Amino acid sequence: MAALMQNEAFQVALWAMVKVGIILGVMLGVVSYLIYAERKICGHIQARTGPNRVGPLGLLQPIADVGKLLFKEEFIPAGANKVVFHIAPILAVFPAIVTFSVIPMGPAPMFVVTDINVGLLLFLAMSSLGVYAITLGGWSSNNKYALLGGLRSSAQMISYELALGLSTIPVLLRSGTLSLSGIVDSQAGNLKAFGTTLPLPNWGIFHWYLVLPFFIFLICSFAETNRAPFDLPEAEGELVAGFHTEYSSMKWALFFLGEYMNMIVICSIMVTLYLGGWHGPGVDKFAPLGLVWFLTKLFALLFFFIWVRWTYPRLRYDQLMGFGWKVLLPASIVNVVIAAVWLYWRANA
Amino acid sequence: MRNETMTINMGPQHPSTHGVLRVALELDGETIVACKPIVGYLHTGMEKQAEYKTYTQSIPQTDRMDYISPMSNNLAFCLAAEKLLGIEPPARVQAIRVLLCELTRISSHAVWMGTHAIDIGALTVFWYCFREREKVLSIYDHVAGARMTSSYFRVGGLSRDIPEGFLERCEKFVDEMPAHIDEYESLLTKNPIWLARTQGVALISGKDAVAWGVTGPTLRGSGVNYDLRKNEPYSGYETYQFDVPVQTAGDAYARYQVRVQEMRESVKIAKQAIRRIRELGEFGPYRVRDFKYVLPPKEDVKTSMEALIHHFKIVAHGFFPPVGEAYSTVEAPKGELGFYLVSDGSARPWRMKVRSPSFINLQALPLMVEGRLIADVIAAIGSIDIVLGEVDR
Repeated sequence: MAALMQNEAFQVALWAMVKVGIILGVMLGVVSYLIYAERKICGHIQARTGPNRVGPLGLLQPIADVGKLLFKEEFIPAGANKVVFHIAPILAVFPAIVTFSVIPMGPAPMFVVTDINVGLLLFLAMSSLGVYAITLGGWSSNNKYALLGGLRSSAQMISYELALGLSTIPVLLRSGTLSLSGIVDSQAGNLKAFGTTLPLPNWGIFHWYLVLPFFIFLICSFAETNRAPFDLPEAEGELVAGFHTEYSSMKWALFFLGEYMNMIVICSIMVTLYLGGWHGPGVDKFAPLGLVWFLTKLFALLFFFIWVRWTYPRLRYDQLMGFGWKVLLPASIVNVVIAAVWLYWRANA
Repeated sequence: MRNETMTINMGPQHPSTHGVLRVALELDGETIVACKPIVGYLHTGMEKQAEYKTYTQSIPQTDRMDYISPMSNNLAFCLAAEKLLGIEPPARVQAIRVLLCELTRISSHAVWMGTHAIDIGALTVFWYCFREREKVLSIYDHVAGARMTSSYFRVGGLSRDIPEGFLERCEKFVDEMPAHIDEYESLLTKNPIWLARTQGVALISGKDAVAWGVTGPTLRGSGVNYDLRKNEPYSGYETYQFDVPVQTAGDAYARYQVRVQEMRESVKIAKQAIRRIRELGEFGPYRVRDFKYVLPPKEDVKTSMEALIHHFKIVAHGFFPPVGEAYSTVEAPKGELGFYLVSDGSARPWRMKVRSPSFINLQALPLMVEGRLIADVIAAIGSIDIVLGEVDR
């Protein structure tokens, strides 16, 4: 046993397991309180107070919600494909959790579960898996509204993933690595431009050729997470509840969790790629401060997501597709070319 | 390749059909091939029931037709009955009726805006609109004792005089309202997504709208300047200064603009009505003094034998209008609301027929949505502004 503890590979694996446990627990806690935050913020946006009955300030509301959902009837519609119907909600949660393992929440190796050298690719792969949950869930329910929701989502997510992927390329061109920790490291220090050091951090967003990709990424992430104004797959005004019309109990809750986990993941990626990750004043002196900076930026973005949802109406299906293919995709392609030319010229100049 | 269409039942249980409307849609992908509104899920036989009730007993029924705007319904019924009897209420009563009907228009349009926006996905507008609607409901509560089913108007007048502090309350509301309308507008009017979802959607030309009998803001959004308050004035509307907003585009956004503008005009009318009530006396007689048809004042009943007899007769049997028929219309928030009453000389109408704007405007739905997308059906239903209680009666 002692020999095993001395083994370096075993130590790495053990630490990783501990970190996975912590992250899973923290993630579920954060998600439930993100839902609470959303309800509270939306309440105040809408001139009401939001949950305030369960516990002080309604803080026990998420626990009450989960308790209620656990005791709800699991309804499976007649004619549903049972196997697929069960798998779909699992698929909604799984990619989000997996992606979280590569996100650096502070200086490596302490604050990242695993620092693989293709972290960004893992994120892109997992976010494409997410569409299966919705499509399969919609298709297997044997319900026309669910089917329409599923079809919408597959079309929507595929078209927006292109622009999303393309908007990450200028970041890669700049940092020269696919590792998310590497990308964060490339954003350390202060911005250098015009031969001087500016009083701005060296974050991606402060480089002119990364401004447009940041906004494209932001818009696409609304579509990727099915949040308003791109919440067409579940558009309750039109499709009742879209792909999860027939889901109930914890299976419905998994879709719900998945949506919020995806939001956290995609915001974390945005922080990592464009907002300097865990970098901020004082991190070089006290490493855990990185986690604080990371979470601050993350919650600012999450607040923005919530804010937009309760302010804007929903786009129509054809407008959504038109916007994705005719505006975002060409814009991101042009930006990739410009960024590549600029970086090549600067490297040779 | 084989092409198949899918038939989908939108409603009667659907979050955006404003009640129990059922729309049978034939879809090719998301495009609508055919659209058929099916009504009748809320049929309560109000027209038939009226034949078994005295005229006064029918007033609470009318509250339940367009339950978003009870005062306008009360007014339409009372005007028809008054026409049958050949009586006209005093000017002060008419001003109170105008004031309450314009407040009703504001509240009805607020409900419309909130629900229309929530259908299109702008969830927050709803809460702001309902906040102001709540104030109108409190005003109803203050004046009539009920928040929604007010039953405040009576044939020949009102059920009771306006309470103390009522005019101040209305004044406060109409003074605050324009700022609230600005607030709603700041969320929608120039919002690019709102424009994209409503402009060019649910189109109907002025010619088609007239041909289908469409009235109200839906008609005025198509460029036809037709408002009963101007064209066939009732209750003294000809003496008020106000404009009739008209838009020519004929789409959902034009109807939105018309209704927003109408709320502002209603505020103007309500202010004039408040001033007029003050001029004519804040408190005073609130019924016609024609005791064959209208209850005498309670004080007289306690002292005068004749008044007591009239009171007893009207309470026990209702009043007996002359043989004949009468049709009267008002510009309700949703369009032309008409009541047709036929009297055989008994205390109960021989026949009552309601021309309800929601029902007739709804007929234009297939015209607006065929060949469009499924999301446009929701925008179209919202922009017509229907209440199922009135569609089915």
